[in-house]
Amino acid sequence: MIPGKFAYLAARTATEAVDTLGRHPDEAKLLAGGQSLIPMMKLRLAAPEILVDISRIADLAYVREENSHLAIGALTRESALETSDLVARRYPILVDTTQVIADPIVRNLATVGGNLAHGDPANDHPATMLALRAELVATGPNGNRVIPIDDFFVDTFETALEPAEILTEIRIPAPQAQSGGAYCKFERKVGDYGVAGAGAYIVLDGNGRVAQAGIGLSNMGPKPLRATDAEGVLLGELPTEERLQAAAQQAADASDPVGDLRGPAEYKRAVLRTMTFRALTRAVERAQSAEAGGSS
Amino acid sequence: MNVEAPTQAATERVTVTVTINGQAHRAEVEARLLLVHFIRETAGLTGTHIGCDTTSCGACVVLLDDVPIKSCTLFTVQADGRQIRTVEGLEQGGQLHPIQAAFWEEHGLQCGFCTPGMMMTSVALLERNLAPSEDEIRQAISGNLCRCTGYVNIVKSVQHAASALREAQAATTAEVSPS
Repeated sequence: MIPGKFAYLAARTATEAVDTLGRHPDEAKLLAGGQSLIPMMKLRLAAPEILVDISRIADLAYVREENSHLAIGALTRESALETSDLVARRYPILVDTTQVIADPIVRNLATVGGNLAHGDPANDHPATMLALRAELVATGPNGNRVIPIDDFFVDTFETALEPAEILTEIRIPAPQAQSGGAYCKFERKVGDYGVAGAGAYIVLDGNGRVAQAGIGLSNMGPKPLRATDAEGVLLGELPTEERLQAAAQQAADASDPVGDLRGPAEYKRAVLRTMTFRALTRAVERAQSAEAGGSS
Repeated sequence: MNVEAPTQAATERVTVTVTINGQAHRAEVEARLLLVHFIRETAGLTGTHIGCDTTSCGACVVLLDDVPIKSCTLFTVQADGRQIRTVEGLEQGGQLHPIQAAFWEEHGLQCGFCTPGMMMTSVALLERNLAPSEDEIRQAISGNLCRCTGYVNIVKSVQHAASALREAQAATTAEVSPS
């Protein structure tokens, strides 16, 4: 399959990319890893007139801890996240997530920023970033602005990014003491979209009760969802098996999946309940075993 | 003060230089030309296969700066100035690469269509890990589909090649530093 014709520009800097997007707001689209965009262009589901290739902007690929957060450059490849010692030690939920995205070959090109900015509710990082309450940095004609993750996803393939804005950085709050996170997804085969997926982040207080809870859901509606009511079921409570089951049930009740070849909606809700329970259980285990530094 | 160069113009045709198996290929191509078509049609190297054409099967896997990628899902212009290795580059001086010899020895193929991609993925694995576990091998090739073998003999082939490469390395080390 051959994509439609387009004009190509390899941006050397984020400024140059923003400038080109600003002059062609209706025609131009960004090319990062290309692992979602190029397949869509081959199927002619996307036909941008201008492609602005940002993948050669080297200073947008990094993973580093700053004062109060983990900073991930938007052009960081999934494979770089997967093999980062810092991420493995402090943010195991990100390893859980990246390891189930597409397949290992695709992850060598696919970017973390692309996984979010594509706005596909079936992608995996959105649920994890909702659980972690991440912030996204967008660079536009007037400089940078910070978008809370809850304001980022608007609809299917639609985000809060303006036409001339680029997602440049993902910021994840540094893990608190006695915290843990996990991501679980059920897929028919490697590389397929998940039937259901859930990300969970739990912070325990000195008495072992849930002080903070984050739950994000993959492929459960027109956009990535936060399971707000399920989080409420956990707050202030001891994370017993019964309590985690109740939260997982609440998440399934709040979900809105569409029946397709991966199964009817009822089945997907049942799978989601199990995935949420498993993610919560692992997050709590990690929180309980975490040293004072915690992890997510 | 940082003075930015003026923004370049976007173009439908681009001149690229892509080095494949050590040989530079320079051509003017459409920006939409996929790398796999450049390799097969412009460079004439048809060992790299087109299977599903939807980023699923891995028949088109080549190494881009030593990293395996699906060449049906990369525009040629994205490989401009970079190094590509294909299955044709494995054999050196009439000698099969250990991964090729291993696929032969262990009967790691039946119809052979997935084999070029399967071997390129395996070569990249063995270049960073000479002693992969069976699980690591299966993980590494999970983006390469084979509809004939059931994967058992492919895994054996990779293990066979890993063993051969380790022995070759031990022999070299012994030569360099006799005890």
